[in-house]
Amino acid sequence: MGLYTFKGGVHPFDGKEYSKDMPIVQLKPGKELAFLLSQHIGAPAKACVKKGDRVLVGEMLAEAGGFVSAPVYSSVSGTVKNIEKRKNAVGDPVDAIIVENDELYEAVPQKEKAELADLSKEDIIARIKEGGVVGMGGAGFPTHVKLAPKEPEKIEYVLVNGAECEPYLTSDYRCMLEYPDEIVGGLECILKLFDNAEGVICIEDNKPEAIKVMQKAVEGKQRMKVVTMKTKYPEGAERCLIDAVTGRKVNSRMLPADAGCVVDNIDTVIAVYDAVICGKPLIRRIFTISGDAVVNPRNYEVPVGMSYKEIVEDAGGFKGDPEKIISGGPMMGFALFDLDVPVTKTSGAITCFLKDEVSKAEETACIKCGRCVRGCPARLLPYKLCDLAEHKNAEGFEEAYGMECVECGSCSYSCPAKRPLAANIKAMRRTIMASKRK
Amino acid sequence: MDNKYQVSVSPHVRDSITTQKIMLMVIGALMPACIFGVVNFGLHALLILIITPAAAVASEYIYEKLMHKKNTVGDLSACLTGLLLAMNMPPEISWWIPVLGAIFAIIVVKQLYGGLGQNFMNPALGARCFLLIAFSDRMTTYYPTNGFINTLWNVEGTTDALSGATPLAYLKLGQHFDLKALFLGNVGGVIGETSALLLLAGGLFLVCKKIIEIRIPAVYLGSFAVLTLVTSVVRGYNDPLIFTLEELCAGGLMLGAWFMATDYVTSPVTEKAQYIYALLLGILTWVFRLIGISSEGVSYAIIFMNCLVPLIENYTKPPAFGISPEKKSAGKEEKS
Repeated sequence: MGLYTFKGGVHPFDGKEYSKDMPIVQLKPGKELAFLLSQHIGAPAKACVKKGDRVLVGEMLAEAGGFVSAPVYSSVSGTVKNIEKRKNAVGDPVDAIIVENDELYEAVPQKEKAELADLSKEDIIARIKEGGVVGMGGAGFPTHVKLAPKEPEKIEYVLVNGAECEPYLTSDYRCMLEYPDEIVGGLECILKLFDNAEGVICIEDNKPEAIKVMQKAVEGKQRMKVVTMKTKYPEGAERCLIDAVTGRKVNSRMLPADAGCVVDNIDTVIAVYDAVICGKPLIRRIFTISGDAVVNPRNYEVPVGMSYKEIVEDAGGFKGDPEKIISGGPMMGFALFDLDVPVTKTSGAITCFLKDEVSKAEETACIKCGRCVRGCPARLLPYKLCDLAEHKNAEGFEEAYGMECVECGSCSYSCPAKRPLAANIKAMRRTIMASKRK
Repeated sequence: MDNKYQVSVSPHVRDSITTQKIMLMVIGALMPACIFGVVNFGLHALLILIITPAAAVASEYIYEKLMHKKNTVGDLSACLTGLLLAMNMPPEISWWIPVLGAIFAIIVVKQLYGGLGQNFMNPALGARCFLLIAFSDRMTTYYPTNGFINTLWNVEGTTDALSGATPLAYLKLGQHFDLKALFLGNVGGVIGETSALLLLAGGLFLVCKKIIEIRIPAVYLGSFAVLTLVTSVVRGYNDPLIFTLEELCAGGLMLGAWFMATDYVTSPVTEKAQYIYALLLGILTWVFRLIGISSEGVSYAIIFMNCLVPLIENYTKPPAFGISPEKKSAGKEEKS
C-alpha cells in the first residue's frame, strides 16, 4: 500500500539531525516564573491567587474564564510575587502571574491513579477540563471543548498527529520513542469518548524508529493503528493530515468533527493521559531547542512559566551571535525580539539561526512559475492572492478563497523571486478577520 | 526596543532556487542545440548566437537606466530571450536583423508592458514574428548546412538534406524527408531548431531538474502527433507513422514545445489551464502546418495561445481545497 499523503506541500531542509537523538531531559526553572493567563484560544483564565500567596506544584493559579478557556497551574512551589503584564512570544503584553520559586518543589497531594474502566465519558471530559489541557500543536484550543462535539457518535477517526513536519522540531518524535505507553493510554481515554472511532497514530516516514515503537505499543489494542505518511511539509497541518489519512476534505468553515475526525497532537495526548489517569494538571511541555546557533541542541521537559532565556543557557548558550531566534520552527514559528519570554502550554521549540536567510533575500518580480501554486496545500493561487493583498482588494481576495489559506508558508518558501507571499496574505487575512468581527 | 534579532513573518527559511538559477538552467539546457547549430552552420551562427543575447541584455540595461528602474540584467531573463531569438535566426542572416529583433523583444514586447513577468507574449517569439513580417525574404532564406555533421557522423546526407529547401516544405507536399537527418539535425533551418535529439535532451533535463513540467510539451506534441497521424492516413501518405515522426522532428516544433510554450510568464499556471493551452497549441500547429498554406506554424501558434492565456485561466479557476465548485456558484447566486 502506498504512503498516505496530500496534494501540494514542500520539502524544506528538516534539520532534525541536530536534536533527534537527544533524550528528553527534565529542566529545573530559575528563580522567577511567569504564568500567562492567555495560553490558549478563548477567554483568558482568571487569576485565583493574589500577591503574597504561597502556591504548590500543581496548584491552580487561575481558573477557566469561560467555557472555551482553560485553567493555569503552577509548576513550582513558591510565592506569588505579582500579577503584571508580560510579553508573550508574539510580543504582545498579556496578564501574567509571577511566581517566585522557592526551589522546594512541594507539591499538592498526589491523586490516586484512576482506572479508565471506572471512568464515565463525563468524568473523562471533566478531568481533561480540570487538568487545563489544551491543544499543544500550536493553536492551544481547549481540549475538553474539542473532545465534546455535538454528535460524538459520528466521529470515526481520532487522529494522533505525530507527523511533526515542521523542520528542526523533534519533541514529538522523542515522546513517541520515550512515552509510547502514555500516548496509547491517552488515546484509549479519548477513544472511550467516541464509540465508533478508530484511533490512528499518524507518523511521517522519516521517523522509522518512532513508527516501530508505536506499532509495538498499539499491538493487541482495540480500535488502534499506526499509519505511515509521506514526509512532506505541512503534513501535520490539521486539514492536510485529515485529507492524507481519510481522504476527507475540510475547509475553513468546517471543523474536523464535521468530517468525522478529531485531531490531537502527540504531547496533547500525553497531557490527556496525565490529566485523566494520573490526575496531574498540565504544567510541563516537551520542548526542542535547535538550530545552528545553539551549542547543544536537545529536547527538554520544561515547566510552564520558565523563561526561554534559561532554556538557552542550559543548552550551552549560543555559538556566536544569532541573527534570528524563532519561537517554534522555521516554517510557522514567530521570530522573537528577545528571549525574555515564558514557556506556555503551546510553546514547543526555539530555533536559533546564526544567519537569517530571509532578511538578505532580494525580492524580484513574479515570473508566474507556479511553484507557489504547486506547493499550496489549500490549492490556492498564492501569487494572485499576494497581488490582491498588495492592492488591498479585500473583496477579490475573498473571492479568490484567500480565507482558505492555512498559513503554512509553503508559498513563500518555494518562491524563486523571494516574494513575501505568506506575509502579505496573512496580513490581508488579519485585516479581513478584524473587519468581520466589528 | 533593542533590535538584537531579525524579526519577520514566518516562514523563516527559503528554498535555494532563484529566478537567476532557473534562467541559467534553461540557458544550459539550450547549449547543446546551440553548439550543434554552430557546428552545423559555421562561425557566422556563433556570431549571431553571441550578439543577439548581448543586444538583448544591453537594451534592457539601457532602458532601465533611462527609465530609472531597478537593473534586472542579473536575472538572466534578457539573456535567455536573446538566445532564443538567435536560435530562431537563419544561419546566414545579416547581423543587424537579430540585433533589431532583440531590441524589439526587450523594449516593445517586455519592458513596455512592465518588465519581467508582465509581458503577455513571449518576447523572443514576438520579435521573431516582427522580423518575419518586416524582412520576410531574409528571414526565410535558408542556407544549406556545411555538411560537416555528415562527414563527422558518417550519415549519408541526401542531396535534399544539403539543399536550401527546408524539410517542412517537403513534408507540406506529403513527401518524406530523411527521418534520421531530422532527428539528429543535419538539415537546413534556423540555427537552433534543427536537432530534435538535442532539444529533446535539453527539455527532459529541465523536466528532471523540475524547472518545467512535462505537461505542456507532452500534451502539445501528443495532440499534434495524433492529428498529423490521422491526417496522413486520411490523405493516404506512405508510412503515416514515419511521416508523423518527421513532422515532430522538423521545423521549430521541438524548440517551441520544450522551450517557448513552457515560458512561465506567458503560459498558464494552473494544471487544467495548461492542458487546454497545450491541447490548443497542438491543434493550432496542425492547422497552420497541415491545413493552411504555410508550412511554418509553431511560432504563430504559441503567440496566438499566449494571448489566450488570461482567458483560459479565467475560465478554469480551480476551487480551493475542500470547496466543491457547485457550492461556489451557488454562493455567487445568493450574492446577486
